[in-house]
Amino acid sequence: MSLRNRLIIIGALIALSIWALFPRSVTERVRDPQTGAMKDTTLRRVPLKKGLDLAGGIHLALEVDESKQAVGDKTEAIDRALKVIRTRIDEFGVSEPVVQKVGTQRIIVELPGIDDPARAEALVKKSAFLQFQITDETRALDKALPRIDAILRERGIGREKAALGDTARSSAISQLFAGADTSKKPGGDSTAKSDTAGVDTSLFATATEGPFSQLLRQGQMAGEYVVERKDKSTIESYLKFPEVQAALPPGKVLRWGSEEDGDAALAFRTLYVLDARPIITGESLIDAQPNATPADGNIVQFELNRAGGTKFRRETARHIGDNMAIVLDDMVTGQPPVIQSTIGAKGQITMKGKPLQAAQDLALVLRAGALPVPLKVVEIRTIGPSLGEDAIRQGISAGLLGVALVILIMLVYYRFSGFLAVCGLVFYGLTTLAILAGFGAALTLPGLAGFVLSIGMAVDANFLIFERIREELVSGKTVRRAIDEGFDHAWSAIVDTHVTTALTAAILHQFGTGPVQGFAVALLAGLAASMVSAIFVVRTLFLLWLHRSRSAQPLSI
Amino acid sequence: MLRILHDTKVDFIRRWRTAAALLVIFILPAVVLIPLQGFKYSIEFTGGTLMQVIFNQAPGIANVRAALAGAGLDGVEISTFGSTRELIMRAQEEEQVAQQAGGAETVASRVRAALTQRFGKDSFNVIRTEAVGPKVGAELRRQAFVALLIAFALTLVYLAWRFEGRFAIAAVLATVHDVIATLAFMKYMNLEVSVFVVGAILTVVGYSMNDKVVVFDRARENLKKGGRSSLYDLLNRSVNETLPRTVMTGSTTLACLLALLIFGGEVIRPFAWVLIFGIVIGTFSSVYVAAPLLLLIENRWPRRAGEANIKGKPHVPLEGVKRTATKEPASVR
Repeated sequence: MSLRNRLIIIGALIALSIWALFPRSVTERVRDPQTGAMKDTTLRRVPLKKGLDLAGGIHLALEVDESKQAVGDKTEAIDRALKVIRTRIDEFGVSEPVVQKVGTQRIIVELPGIDDPARAEALVKKSAFLQFQITDETRALDKALPRIDAILRERGIGREKAALGDTARSSAISQLFAGADTSKKPGGDSTAKSDTAGVDTSLFATATEGPFSQLLRQGQMAGEYVVERKDKSTIESYLKFPEVQAALPPGKVLRWGSEEDGDAALAFRTLYVLDARPIITGESLIDAQPNATPADGNIVQFELNRAGGTKFRRETARHIGDNMAIVLDDMVTGQPPVIQSTIGAKGQITMKGKPLQAAQDLALVLRAGALPVPLKVVEIRTIGPSLGEDAIRQGISAGLLGVALVILIMLVYYRFSGFLAVCGLVFYGLTTLAILAGFGAALTLPGLAGFVLSIGMAVDANFLIFERIREELVSGKTVRRAIDEGFDHAWSAIVDTHVTTALTAAILHQFGTGPVQGFAVALLAGLAASMVSAIFVVRTLFLLWLHRSRSAQPLSI
Repeated sequence: MLRILHDTKVDFIRRWRTAAALLVIFILPAVVLIPLQGFKYSIEFTGGTLMQVIFNQAPGIANVRAALAGAGLDGVEISTFGSTRELIMRAQEEEQVAQQAGGAETVASRVRAALTQRFGKDSFNVIRTEAVGPKVGAELRRQAFVALLIAFALTLVYLAWRFEGRFAIAAVLATVHDVIATLAFMKYMNLEVSVFVVGAILTVVGYSMNDKVVVFDRARENLKKGGRSSLYDLLNRSVNETLPRTVMTGSTTLACLLALLIFGGEVIRPFAWVLIFGIVIGTFSSVYVAAPLLLLIENRWPRRAGEANIKGKPHVPLEGVKRTATKEPASVR
C-alpha cells in the first residue's frame, strides 16, 4: 500500500471518529417542571451516554410473578410486558432509558437521572388493568352472610370472637362512621343521611351475630361495606376458604377500595360487591389525559374506541342511577360515582383531591396499556447523583494520571519513536471513544477502568514492535529494513494477544450484567482501536518519517 | 538508546524448583483456608440488600443497629464508608435474603422505614441501594463459573489452532495457576468477590494468556529457524529475548492500575488490587511457569519421530529434553 493511500485511510478514520463524537442535536422527552406535562426538547451535546453509575439513576430487573397464579408461556408474556413497559417509560420522561430483555424471562430497566425508586417501580410494576363494574344493588352479600357465618362456625371460627362483641367498640365505630359520613358529603341531603344512619343501626343488630358478618358495616350505598383496617387480613383469610368461596353470591365479586378512611387510631377500608361482568374494560380505551378542573379538581379524561363507546352507551343507559366502580388492578379507585346519564365514548375519572402527578401517572398507565402478567422486582439498584459526580471526578483523574504515566514512559524510553507511539495513542483514544459513541454504549465507571486498562494493551503492541526493531538494528540491519522486520515479526504476537484478550472480553460481555458489560464493551472497543493504531497508524508514521528523512539518518528508538 | 534487560542470558528454567516452592508456600494456606471459610461474596452473588446512607450528623453505628433491630432486622452488617456520617448496611444473611423472594425491595423499604422512625425523615439521605433476590444471586454464581470455564476453553482452542496442542496446554495450565494464585491473594486480602472482581479475574486470564503467547510466539519463531540448540536452551533464549517487552508492558500496565488504585475511588479499588496482583503473577509465571511446563510436557510425552511439529514442520529430536530428564544442571550459554 502506498504511503499516500495509508495517509488517506488514516485521515478518513480520524474524520469519521470526530464526526461520531461531534456534538449533535438530541431530542429528549422531559417533564416540564411547571405544567408537569411531557414535552420534547432539543439540545446539542456530545453523543456519549453516561451510564447509571456516572449519571445516577435506577436499575431494575423484573420477572414474572407466579406467586398468585402460574403463567403458561412466560417468554411470550415477557415479550408483551416489555412493549408495555417501554411505552410507559418513554412517556415517563427519562432521557435515554434502557428497557431490554435479558435471557428469556427477565426484563432490565435502567432509568438514568431518576432518584425516586418507589415511583419508578410503581410505574413499571403497575399492571393497570381497568374495568368498569356496576356495584351490586340486590344486597346479594347480605343474603349470603348467614350461610358464610355458618360455614365459619362449622370450622370452629368465631366462637370466642363472638363473645368479644362488646358494645363499646361497636358504638365507637358507628360514631366514627357517622363522622366520616358527614365529612364525605358536606352540605348533603340531611334526610338521605338519616336514612343511611337508619340502615346502619338496623344492620348493626344482625351483623354482630356471625364471625364474618360482625366485621362488616353497611356503607353509604348498596354493595358498599366498611371494615376496620385491622380486620382486612382476617376477612381475606376467611374468603380464601373454598366453602366460603362457594357460598358467595354468584355473578358477583368482592373488591377492596384503594384508599383508607378515618384517622390513624381507627382506620377503615371499604369493601365493594360488584357485578362480576365488567361493562367495559381498558382494552377499549384509546386515550387518557390528565387535567385539572375547578369543579372536580384533578381528573383523568378518557376516550373509548368506537365499539367500546357503543357498548358503554348501551350499558350506561341500562344502569342510570346505579353506581359504577372504576376498578384498576382489582382495586376500586375512589368512591363509585352514580351514573347520571348515558355516557358515550368520552368520560372522566375524578381523582378526589389527589395531586396532579397521580392523575398524570394514572393517565399514563391507562394509555400505555395493561401488563399481560404481574411482575416482581428481583433486583433493584439505585445510585444517587452525588455518588455519580464523585465517581466521575475520581475516574477522570485516575484516567488522566494513567495516560500521563504511559506517555512519560514512552517518551523517556523510546524518544522519537516513543513520540510516534504517543501519536498512535491519541488516534487510539479518539477511535475508542468514537466506537463507543457509534454503538451507543454507555460510558460507565467500569468502562473507564476498561479504557485505562486497554491503554496498557495498546502500548504493549508498541513495545513488541519497538523491541523487535531494536533487535533488528542491533543485528546490523538498515533502518528501513529493521522497521519492516520489526512490524512483520511483531504482527503475529500482536494479533494473538489481542484475540485472546478479546475472547475473554466477549465472554464477559455475554455473561455480565450492566457494570461488567460496560467494562467489556470499553475493552473490546479499545482492543480494536489498539490493533489499528499499533499495526497501521504507527507504521505509517514510521514510513512518513523514512520518506522525509535522508537515507542514512539514524532512528531514535 | 535506553535499554533495560538487554541481551540477558539468565537460565530461568533451571530455577523452576525454587519458583515452584515459592508458589506452593504462597498458595497452600489458601488451599486450606478457602474450603474452610469460603470467600466473602458481594450482594450480587448472595442476594440481599445493600444500602449506602449519608446522615446529616454521625448517627453512631450502635444507634443504627438498635433502630434496625427494633424493626426486626437483625444481623445487618453496618460499617462506615469514608466519614462517620456515611454508613453502608448489608443484609446478606440467608434469612433476610429469603424475605426477598417475593420482591427484592422489601428489606430496603423496611430499613428506610426504621431509619425514618428513629432519626427523622430529613436527617439522612439514601444514596445507593442494591437489592438482589436470592434466585438472581444463585444464577450469577453459576454464570461466573461457566464464564471462567468458557474463557479457558476458547483460548485453549484458539492457541491450539495458532500454535499446537502442547503449547496451548502449557499456556492454559500456567494461566490456571495464575487464577488460583489470584484467588489465594484475594483470600489473604479478604477481598469481596463481586461481579466486578470476577471481571478483573477474567481480565487477568486475558492478560496472562497474552504474556505466554508472546513468549511462545518467540519460541515458535526460533523453532522455525531451526538450528542445533535444545528445546531447553531455545525456551530460555525466547524468554530472555522477550524479557524487555515483558517487563515494560508489565510496568506500564501496573502504572495505569496504580493510578486506578489510588485515585479511582472505593468502587474500583478491589478491582485494581486483583488486577495488580494478577499482572505481577502473570508476568512471573510467563517466565517461571509456562516455559518449564512446556518442557515438562515435552519430556513426559516425547514426540515420536516424524510427528508433525510446529505447523507441519517435521520433528527433529531435541537433545535438551533428555538433559533435563536426567536432572543434570543445565549449562548457561
